Amino acid sequence: MNAVDHIRAEQPHRAGTAADAIVEVCGVSKRYGSSVEALRDVSLDFPKGQLTSLLGPSGCGKTTLLKIIAGLLEPTAGEIRVKGTKITGPGPERAFVFQDFALMPWATVLRNAAFGLELRDVSKAEREKTAQHYINEVGLAGFEQRYPHELSGGMRQRVGLARALSVNADVLLLDEPFSAVDEQNRRKFQEDLLRLRQVENKTLIFVTHSIEEAVYLSDRIVLLSPRPGRVSDIIEPKISRDRSPDEIRRDPTYLDTVEEIWRGLRAYAD
Amino acid sequence: MSMHTYDSAEAAAQPPAEATSAPREGSLLLWRVASVVLFCLLWEVAGRIPINVAFPPFSDVALAFGRMVADGSLPAALLNTLEPLVIGVVTATVVGIIMGVAMGLREELEWAGVPVFVVMQAAPMAALIPLITFIYGIGLVAKVLAVVILALPVIALNSYKAVRNASPSLRAMSRSFLGSKWQEITKIILPEASPMIFTGLRLGISAGFVGVVLAELLITPTGIGDLITYHRSVADYAEMYAVIATIILLAAVTVGLLERVEVALFRPEKRESAE
Amino acid sequence: MTIAGYRIPPLASLLFWALIWEIVGRLHLVFLFPPFSHVVAELGQVLTSSTFRGAALLTLESFFAGLAIAILLGVPLGLLMGMSRTADRLLGMWVNLFVSAPLSALVPVIMILFGMGQATIIVTVTMFAVWIIALDTRAGVRDVPASLIIMARSFGATRRQTLVKIVLMAALPEILAGIRLGVIRGVKGVVIGQLLVSIIGLGELFELYSRNFLMEEFWALTLIIFAFALGAAELVSVLERRIDFYAGARH
Repeated sequence: MNAVDHIRAEQPHRAGTAADAIVEVCGVSKRYGSSVEALRDVSLDFPKGQLTSLLGPSGCGKTTLLKIIAGLLEPTAGEIRVKGTKITGPGPERAFVFQDFALMPWATVLRNAAFGLELRDVSKAEREKTAQHYINEVGLAGFEQRYPHELSGGMRQRVGLARALSVNADVLLLDEPFSAVDEQNRRKFQEDLLRLRQVENKTLIFVTHSIEEAVYLSDRIVLLSPRPGRVSDIIEPKISRDRSPDEIRRDPTYLDTVEEIWRGLRAYAD
Repeated sequence: MSMHTYDSAEAAAQPPAEATSAPREGSLLLWRVASVVLFCLLWEVAGRIPINVAFPPFSDVALAFGRMVADGSLPAALLNTLEPLVIGVVTATVVGIIMGVAMGLREELEWAGVPVFVVMQAAPMAALIPLITFIYGIGLVAKVLAVVILALPVIALNSYKAVRNASPSLRAMSRSFLGSKWQEITKIILPEASPMIFTGLRLGISAGFVGVVLAELLITPTGIGDLITYHRSVADYAEMYAVIATIILLAAVTVGLLERVEVALFRPEKRESAE
Repeated sequence: MTIAGYRIPPLASLLFWALIWEIVGRLHLVFLFPPFSHVVAELGQVLTSSTFRGAALLTLESFFAGLAIAILLGVPLGLLMGMSRTADRLLGMWVNLFVSAPLSALVPVIMILFGMGQATIIVTVTMFAVWIIALDTRAGVRDVPASLIIMARSFGATRRQTLVKIVLMAALPEILAGIRLGVIRGVKGVVIGQLLVSIIGLGELFELYSRNFLMEEFWALTLIIFAFALGAAELVSVLERRIDFYAGARH
């Protein structure tokens, strides 16, 4: 039984569903110096409104690709198009969630969450209102006046998420957002992220090295292989997400998918 | 009053990052040379404008320097100045380390001594120098005292801190193997405290230079102070600038050499800072 | 330290020394040190004398003016050195040199360039304070977590926004520490400047007291100056403690 739909890597522009591509990666390569080829000729589409994971072993370039899409790194070759336009750096239609949270330790949770809006000179009343809304959305109601050092890792990451949501970007880019968070919080976070996705209707691009996480969360999984970094496969897990989180995690389709990907990636385990 | 008025933010400001993280020694040297050349060029231009009648260009000062070296007045003055400096620093070092280590080892001494030294470090001790003159006259003793009161606090406090930071687990280990108190001090505490004690020494020498120059300008001038005041009084400004530049450079070079020794011997980038 | 189970704070040791001073004075052991109580009694006399008021005014004005200039010059210099490798390579050597140099040697130069009055004192204060302020600012800037700067960039911050909202804030603990040390050095500068110029202000007063062996007045004046130095430094410490909550949490 085929647990997944494999979309062959040779036809990257053929998405499984008829959704428009909001982010297009066109022939992107990234070299460091003359010896390190982080990415080679990567071409991908990210369908609007879907959660796509970038999955692969260390060194496969997934974080590099994410940063290039975010406009924080420049590709050595190729380009990124967002909503049809080529990008030249960070932009208001994309928001980044950092692995190490990147919160300003001297500012309250409220101010941190409102920071993206503060940089755009939105009025204080308005940006605090928006930030407060998303602080409540991510489950931190009541903590607005606390400082980052008073929060646990999981809570800090929620602030980072609230900040990214507050700027009302179309695309959310998440760089291994739960890797610095403990297991219980991680699971809860994943469930919250799914719920949030339904409510907010954004496109999410997600970097992870956890196969379970990718299969649990994603509409599509892009598998990258290392040295040099390139797309090796694109997978659409056929899992119904109407069920409860625990039911999904025991679903045989889910487990088979994880197993299949793991077998494929084993060759790269070092 | 915060104990932080004595602070290792000051110690942390030296040695500069170059000493430990320069990737290529050669290019660093190039930058330094360029910096010096730029400085001399600016000085030359400023002197020729002139921005002030009493501000001679670099070339005049360099020539004056040459003259004073040739006629021996500058070297003689330097030796004259070095005498109270060396005596004072040696005294301050010996006394300072002993007192510092003692304060680190005994709580009562810490309580009695540390606040006094903290005050001495933060307060303008220079105010006491004229008094020293009137009590001890205008000779060597007064100048040595001036050096000592400026150098002693920083050496003592650094030694104290170094001892306090000695690893408790190593000390416990020494006791568990039946080491005596004396052995504990000489074999564990002092070796562990050496890097910071050495830092204190470097800062103390720096303070010593400050003390001796101040003493020579305030007390009866001999040595470098004498040269400076004399040339100023006869309006030989180029000579005056030359002497001042010499003593500042001498202080900088001495302290710089000590930093290199410190890095070489103790590798401070590898040891944990106290704060 | 504890005696019979009661914790005694460190500052109490200064009282202990005051007591020793009192005893030494009363026993006439050293002419240099009259009883502490006599010194304290003289405090009022010194504080209200007109010469002192003149000297105090000069000292305070010069100190604050000189310190303000030192901050206005030193912080930008430190920012520049922290953010530009070129500036750092060219200027770093000099800043490091002047931070530990015997700056008193430069006072004669300042005297001939700026005269024998207040201008010289102000310049002296600035010269004593500016280097450590620049150096500590630089250290603070270099320590700013790169992650925060990238974060600001990702949300579209301009260079000015990054400088003011991230770099300055993140470096603030070190900047304040540098200013505190600058305050201490500035007080030394204002005293040394007046001692070397010697015909004005505190220099004049100290000269007067020492020459006439008015030891009680001398020590009273010394106490006042020491108290000022420590008080000013403590004020900056208070500011530092207010932002202490995030100083440790930056990494």
